[in-house]
Amino acid sequence: MSELTPSQTVGPYYAYGLTPEGRKRWKPDDHYRWKETVGDDLVTPDAVGTRIQIEGVIYDGDGKPIDDAMLEIWQADAQGRYASPADSGARPNAAFKGHGRSATDASGGFAFHTIKPGPVPGPDGKMQAPHVVFAIFSRGMLRQVYTRMYFPDEAANAGDPILALVPADRRATLIATRPERGGQTVYRFDIRVQGDGETVFFDV
Amino acid sequence: MSLFYPRESLDAFPKHLSPGYKSTVKRSPSKPLIIVPHTLSELSGPVYGHDAIEDGDNDLTRQHGGEPLGERIIVHGCVLDEDRRPVAGALVEIWQANACGRYVHVVDQHPAPLDPNFTGAGRTVTDKSGYYKFVTIKPGAYPWGNHHNAWRPNHIHFSVFGHSFLSRLVTQMYFPGDPLFPFDPIFNSVTDEKARNRMIASFDLENTVPDWALCYRFDIVVRGREKTPEDVH
Repeated sequence: MSELTPSQTVGPYYAYGLTPEGRKRWKPDDHYRWKETVGDDLVTPDAVGTRIQIEGVIYDGDGKPIDDAMLEIWQADAQGRYASPADSGARPNAAFKGHGRSATDASGGFAFHTIKPGPVPGPDGKMQAPHVVFAIFSRGMLRQVYTRMYFPDEAANAGDPILALVPADRRATLIATRPERGGQTVYRFDIRVQGDGETVFFDV
Repeated sequence: MSLFYPRESLDAFPKHLSPGYKSTVKRSPSKPLIIVPHTLSELSGPVYGHDAIEDGDNDLTRQHGGEPLGERIIVHGCVLDEDRRPVAGALVEIWQANACGRYVHVVDQHPAPLDPNFTGAGRTVTDKSGYYKFVTIKPGAYPWGNHHNAWRPNHIHFSVFGHSFLSRLVTQMYFPGDPLFPFDPIFNSVTDEKARNRMIASFDLENTVPDWALCYRFDIVVRGREKTPEDVH
């Protein structure tokens, strides 16, 4: 029998401990004096690949932006390797960790600077389309919810074994859009926790 | 090491919707979660080593010019997996209110004093035995707006990494014998009493330092079990 320590909410006051620099996006001079270990800029000097920005807004069941959420992402590098001992193809000493954390701002917005991940192995020897795993924490969430962001215009999405498990009419909630912004590669991924257009969350 | 992550273990967790804790009502998914196999994307996870921390990050009483007010305590324990094997090299982050029950967070408006010598954030990385240790101040109880006369029991927030992204855990450590337990909807969102009690530290007299600080022991069990031969079909 399992004896897991139960999850509890991250609460409204995590920022000075977990995202001390996150408040720079609220007010440039307003951040906590504590070194940040996990930030929203994943790009490291050794990171090869297309630099991208992932951004979005997270909404509650009333359609109101959630201004005190914390989002974490986990992704492979551009060659489809996870910086983890669980990935036999990984380069364990790579500086690119593939993990980031963003606090939402007053408008419920979050953002990550990273590189576009490559395709990674999936079940039964099939490849998975490039994607980013999200774990979302917030006041009012007693445990994290998991979702995935996929990229638009990826032919591989059609054969992705995880997307195939999602009802077709809800798949769009997992696929980012690509707004035009001069000089930058931006992917927009809004998250609706509940209600109309509710983002697909995974039982993992 | 080949691990697996039974979903049944999550029965110990609170449900997403726990109406007694009002903020869950609009912040919980209303559609069924989609069950998906665990792929490399779930079975892998970030690794943070000792380069993630600096000396003294685990002593919350020495981050300022003077010592904070309040009851100095030691909080220590091990991060373990579901086989109760140590999780080595795991990043453990904590944050908490000061002795008066006030957080430094700008949103906290509880009319209790801030302590210029206390921020309330710490971090460390577990050693080969999965062991971690913090020195801090016992946090105070504080009111919140969930219902009339709502007060949170004393607690320290914990954020922990395990073997994979599925092991990721954010939780709260409580103190033994807190009179507020029966009235706290967050604590009681864990409906199984045994599971709830696993969030309560134990008083540790053996490691209490004479003339200096009380000690509390808090072991943390995160997802992940070793595959046994009968599990491999």
